[in-house]
Amino acid sequence: MATNKHTIVAIVQDRPGVLNRMVSLFRRRGFNIESIAVGHSEEPHLSRVTIVVNGSNAMVEQVRKQLDKLVDLVRVSDITGDKITTRELAMVKVKANSATRSEIIEIADIFRANIVDVASDTLTIEITGDEDKINSMLQLLRGFGIREIARTGRIAMVRGTIGASAAQPKAARSRSKK
Amino acid sequence: MKKTGAQIICESLIAEGVDVMFGFPGGVLLPFYDTLPQYPQIRHILTRHEQGAAHAADGYARATGRVGVCMATSGPGATNLVTGIANAYLDSVPIVALTGQVARPFIGKDAFQEIDITGITLPITKHSYVAMDAGSLAGIFKEAFYLARTGRPGPVLIDLPKDVMQEEAEYKYPEKIDIPGYKIPTRGHPTQLKNAAKLINESKNPVIVAGRGVIISGASDELKQFAETAQIPVITTLLGIGCFPEDHVLSYGMAGMHGSGFANKALDSTDLLIAIGMRFDDRVTGNINGFAPHAKVIHIDLDPAEIGKNVSVTVPIVGDVKAVLQALQKLIETKEHVDWIQQIEEWRKQHPMMDVYDGAGLLPQYIIDQLYEATHGESITVTGVGQHQMWAAQHYLHREPGHFISSGGLGTMGFGLPAAMGAKVGCPDKTVWLIDGDGSLQMTIQELGTLVQDKIAVKIAVMNNGYLGMVRQWQDLFYEKRYVATPLSGPDFVKVAEAYGIPGVRVTSREDVLGAIQKAMDYDGPFLIDFMIEPEENVFPMVPPGAANIEFIEQPKKEVSTWPRTSTP
Repeated sequence: MATNKHTIVAIVQDRPGVLNRMVSLFRRRGFNIESIAVGHSEEPHLSRVTIVVNGSNAMVEQVRKQLDKLVDLVRVSDITGDKITTRELAMVKVKANSATRSEIIEIADIFRANIVDVASDTLTIEITGDEDKINSMLQLLRGFGIREIARTGRIAMVRGTIGASAAQPKAARSRSKK
Repeated sequence: MKKTGAQIICESLIAEGVDVMFGFPGGVLLPFYDTLPQYPQIRHILTRHEQGAAHAADGYARATGRVGVCMATSGPGATNLVTGIANAYLDSVPIVALTGQVARPFIGKDAFQEIDITGITLPITKHSYVAMDAGSLAGIFKEAFYLARTGRPGPVLIDLPKDVMQEEAEYKYPEKIDIPGYKIPTRGHPTQLKNAAKLINESKNPVIVAGRGVIISGASDELKQFAETAQIPVITTLLGIGCFPEDHVLSYGMAGMHGSGFANKALDSTDLLIAIGMRFDDRVTGNINGFAPHAKVIHIDLDPAEIGKNVSVTVPIVGDVKAVLQALQKLIETKEHVDWIQQIEEWRKQHPMMDVYDGAGLLPQYIIDQLYEATHGESITVTGVGQHQMWAAQHYLHREPGHFISSGGLGTMGFGLPAAMGAKVGCPDKTVWLIDGDGSLQMTIQELGTLVQDKIAVKIAVMNNGYLGMVRQWQDLFYEKRYVATPLSGPDFVKVAEAYGIPGVRVTSREDVLGAIQKAMDYDGPFLIDFMIEPEENVFPMVPPGAANIEFIEQPKKEVSTWPRTSTP
């Protein structure tokens, strides 16, 4: 079965174990989660979880339906087919010396990345963008020697007025599912 | 008013209408058990093993339609509940499982008898709670019972740290429930209902496959009316047995691995499969590619996650079975389907369910036939798991929902005795027969003690063949009779029963069957009959594992009489 990358957004109650319950549903079906990002949503007591997984449409849809049954989960949608804006933040620690430092800074500038820390033998760069942009910059930096990478994983938002906001009722959204 | 956590638990149970619970005490539960006598409304039944408590709550819930409650102490008590919780989860049975937990300061420190039971049961509960303060207890109980019994029912677990039960808090049972993430679909989508009605009205060879969802929804009357109006043959799943009267002219028994040949034939030819409250389990469908190959499929289920999971569906209807059938009833036309029904009757003649009455020893099919006659088909029959379970499903015709209680999804050997106990406690005025195997019974045989201590009059029919019969049957048919690890040297069940204080008889010949059954029914209390059946009798028909339903193997030809009986008692 053909697999592709899916972006799933869930609004969940801030309760112990809720993430465990979600992740366990993926584990049981043998999904390897590529990234998961969790943080507060616009509503108090509700968190927003963005999960990226690789899987067939049918398998991911089955997991989405199972997720929807979790009592602590308020809403979940697979926004892969929607028009979405995705962002990820990465920090990269690159080996740098007086000979290479300016070249690295130049690359960072091209990607509108920020230098957040400078040491005698390293530079730490912070970059925001979609995965492609981050991967491109990492590719260019690899030649200098990368010491450390930290990535947040993807967060995503549907463009325009309709989205996955916490306030939207559950029923209305489940009908819009494909 | 301030109350202790233990008192709040009891008050909450009473507020939820609980009058009986099955449990087993332990160190951390002492605050609860010490409080329990203040609430004589709650009958506590001490089981001999926590698994028995969970299955008893399950059997109680299936027989009564109410939420069953079981309790176990922390650590091993809690882990002993796991099989019972999983069993209830797979068969969508509403139970609330209460587990003791070490006091809060000890949690996470590998304290004596500490186990992460909410973690362990995460994939087999509908939801679970750890009550971290006494003030939260009432709200948790309200939610837990609501979640267990509504929507697609299932087990809910509440973990109760010892010191929470000792702590005091203000008690007021909440009236309202607010769970923003929990929504229960009710009626089906109007467009889909219309689409379904169109298919039903146009179909030449429709078939209904009804499952436990019909029973849960309380939709037996609606199903009957629907089937009769459109004259559609009704086949059930194992757990659907009883949702449609099996002596009804439109009833064609069970589908699947040990379903009737004519049911599986009908499914093979049907042009429209109307699946109601069932989930296309592999034991029902056989090889999925060969299942109802010519059929469009209407799938009515409360749980959206079941739609399209195993079988692609032409018309999905997400909703409560009762509401959906009521809505469909207004849209369907009165039909006859004479040719189609005649065709299935023809298949019934060609592939009868066989009762081999002559020239053989004591046959289980015969015993169950006799049991059916003697109880006028009105008993609640509970089974363990194995050959006896299938014989009971095939040969006892159930007319009412909640009267056939069996472990379907998990297939839990040992389910029978404790579940029968729960059913009898829930329905004291009904006759409850446990039809069990010698293997299955031995897994939870200690509950005989509970029957005696709490005066629970379950009648027990052991189909004793000295084998783990169903596994032996597979070895017989697919592993060239290499009976590895299946011969079972059983105890003398009559003596075991006697040791517990339960009278019993052994039956070795056909002539004594009815007399023994009568004796059991006349006795005021639990009674055991040890039926020494033909050791190598197999369950037929059988669809070999991995084969399509249509490739069922039939009973080798012997003396034959047809099923169902020509007369009903």
